[in-house]
Amino acid sequence: MADTKKRIDEPTGTETVGHEWDGIEELNTPLPRWWLWTFYATIIWALVYTVFYPAWPGIAGYTKGLLGWSSEEELAEEMAEEAERRAPILEAIAATPIERLPEDSELLRFAQVGGESLFKNYCVQCHGTGAAGGKGYPNLNDDEWLWGGDMKAIQYTLEHGIRNPDHDETRFSMMPAFGRDGLLSEEEIADVTAHVRVISGQADPSEAAVRGAEIFGQQCAVCHGPEGAGDREQGAPNLTDAIWLYGGDTETIRQTVRNSRYGVMPRFGARLNPVEIKMLTAYVHSRGGGEDFVEVAENPETEVDERP
Amino acid sequence: MSAPDILEDPPLQLYEKRKSVFPQKIDGTFRRLKWAIMAVTLTIYYVTPWIRWDRGPYAPDQAVLVDLANRRFFMFGIEIWPHEFYYVVGLLVMAGIGLFLVTSAVGRAWCGYACPQTVWTDLFQHIERWVDGDRNAQIRLQKAPWGPAKIARRLFKWSIWLVIAMATGGAWIFYFADAPTLARDFVTGEAAPVAYGTVFVLTMTTFVLGGFMREQVCIYMCPWPRIQSAMLDEKSLIVTYKDWRGEPRAKGLKKQRGPDELWGDCIDCLQCVSVCPTGIDIREGPQIGCITCALCIDACDRVMDKIDRPRGLIDYTTLEQQQLEEQGKEAPPAWRYLVRPRTLIYLTLWAAIGLAMLFAVGTRSRIDIGALQDRNPPYVQLADGAVRNGYTVKLRNMQARPREMRVSLVGLEGGVLWTSEGSRELADRDVVTTVPADSVQALRVFVAAPGEGAEREAFGLAVEALDDEGGADSDEIYFDRPETRR
Repeated sequence: MADTKKRIDEPTGTETVGHEWDGIEELNTPLPRWWLWTFYATIIWALVYTVFYPAWPGIAGYTKGLLGWSSEEELAEEMAEEAERRAPILEAIAATPIERLPEDSELLRFAQVGGESLFKNYCVQCHGTGAAGGKGYPNLNDDEWLWGGDMKAIQYTLEHGIRNPDHDETRFSMMPAFGRDGLLSEEEIADVTAHVRVISGQADPSEAAVRGAEIFGQQCAVCHGPEGAGDREQGAPNLTDAIWLYGGDTETIRQTVRNSRYGVMPRFGARLNPVEIKMLTAYVHSRGGGEDFVEVAENPETEVDERP
Repeated sequence: MSAPDILEDPPLQLYEKRKSVFPQKIDGTFRRLKWAIMAVTLTIYYVTPWIRWDRGPYAPDQAVLVDLANRRFFMFGIEIWPHEFYYVVGLLVMAGIGLFLVTSAVGRAWCGYACPQTVWTDLFQHIERWVDGDRNAQIRLQKAPWGPAKIARRLFKWSIWLVIAMATGGAWIFYFADAPTLARDFVTGEAAPVAYGTVFVLTMTTFVLGGFMREQVCIYMCPWPRIQSAMLDEKSLIVTYKDWRGEPRAKGLKKQRGPDELWGDCIDCLQCVSVCPTGIDIREGPQIGCITCALCIDACDRVMDKIDRPRGLIDYTTLEQQQLEEQGKEAPPAWRYLVRPRTLIYLTLWAAIGLAMLFAVGTRSRIDIGALQDRNPPYVQLADGAVRNGYTVKLRNMQARPREMRVSLVGLEGGVLWTSEGSRELADRDVVTTVPADSVQALRVFVAAPGEGAEREAFGLAVEALDDEGGADSDEIYFDRPETRR
């Protein structure tokens, strides 16, 4: 870099900045005035902005600005507005008995979407994000229901839970632990297991299965039915289909007979309001396995309207 | 741009003050062409949103409408959906190649005649001449001290500008909503805030860019002149001063200048400079400030007529033509330069894209199916041993009327499908649904198939329209089964 020697560049008439690099000089071409003004205007804008809006950080906080605007307040306002917008439709859901919900597609849609978000909060821990369940936790997408799959039944299960010891209205049943309590011997358990494998189409008939059928008739048919088709009144699963809550292989069935199972679901009536329960019901019912009111169809006197 | 007098005392300035331009009024061939183009372009701009176009009860009846709220773009008989944005991209590519074509053939014709910045600046300058008088009167007024008369004139001029600017910004919003409705709402104060904001911003940009910044927009802000410098070649038409004919120039009338052969045709009357809307001297040669509006040609031709010299001292020529003429050779006529490989290639490209798009628009399908398989869970074991998969199926009806469509399974032996409204008991291999006009219907579709089979089986979902017009589409998708079956 050479000495500072500003000079006027003859062809352009512009002053140079005074530096020279191997004979190359730089012109000090002035900025267009509009550009400079725009630049000043942005500075003024920035200063004015810092006065009116939150801007400067401090030790114990930040400057609030003259307008007092804050994003948190804005969010709170928007949430309040949204709540107000939703209020009428929530009231409508509250006033509609669950079995009448499908008649209003707008209400049903709203309930399903709301239910989906509730499901993500309260249900996915056991039933999974896709409601596909897992060992011991029923898959809510399929077409088998322990306690019934119509809206009314789902709502009841959600509200009162399953096997809640401190609640009278809870869904309750208890399978004996046939092996642990000495009701059946290991051989008998093996026979019953063989029978269950046969009626569920997983094994061919055998002598053990024939012996097991007799034991089944004495010990199991009370709840599971003589055919093993289950009983929803008692939450007794259908043993003849392809769906197994804990597993349908020989070893798992033996374990189940030996030690029984005792699945528990919390009752959500204690922590969610009735509208939320209805929305959850609508969502679970919409997963693909939801049933129409079979009870109503089979027995018109079923008390569908009892609990609105 | 050398101006020796400012070299004497060059104080270091922070900014370069704009040198005001006071273009003189002129009449001539190119001025009339500019009027005509201004009339046409402004008419197109203001009238287009008000043209009606009947599309039936389910679509707007505005011929040209960019419906951002509903994400539709209507242009006469063509309706574009967001996923068809490539047509708009094609139009932009065509506009780009069109500019290349125009630039290589006739130079900066866009800048000189059709660019909105040019058109509105021209309009504003005309108003300026109407209010303040012609060039000399404007210069006098500029130099005059601020007094009531000057203030009044300035306010008057600015008010007219502002009215035009508001009309400009106001017309823009009509392209984005139903024009008559929006016009009524706008006047009664019921239009959306964004409408008022847009009008305000565009009013101010028109006012400032057309009234005050003018040629600075072209010289400093617009990228196009810079690109054009690279696009012009020696065969492109440009506005040029024929220095071989004009130099040496001399002031005064011909008879006072001595023998003819001593002097060129230019009498240094500065008419070409006076009429220039960007304030340049075309005699310095082609330059970035020249938008080739050709008003200097009009001005010079009049002078040439007066002093009895042939027209065309300043003319539309090409650099090649210029050189040939300078050497005394005969140059081909200007139109010959329009047809050459470069322009033909651009034209071919441009036309090919245009034709391809027309073909694509003419033959595009107006129904569409897209299926998305549930991922969580991928399959559901059913009690009777069958397996169920869930899908979100989107049926797109791009016609402005409701259409009945049938969705059916292709392949997947033993499979049945039903929607959330149906049930497996009543399921068959197809379902029929009515898709509302001009919309996408999302269906929740369940497909059940026997549990025995491939873990991942490909099959198709096909849709066909059940009306006379017909139309079909299909999508390939998978059916998943549990990994191991006992």
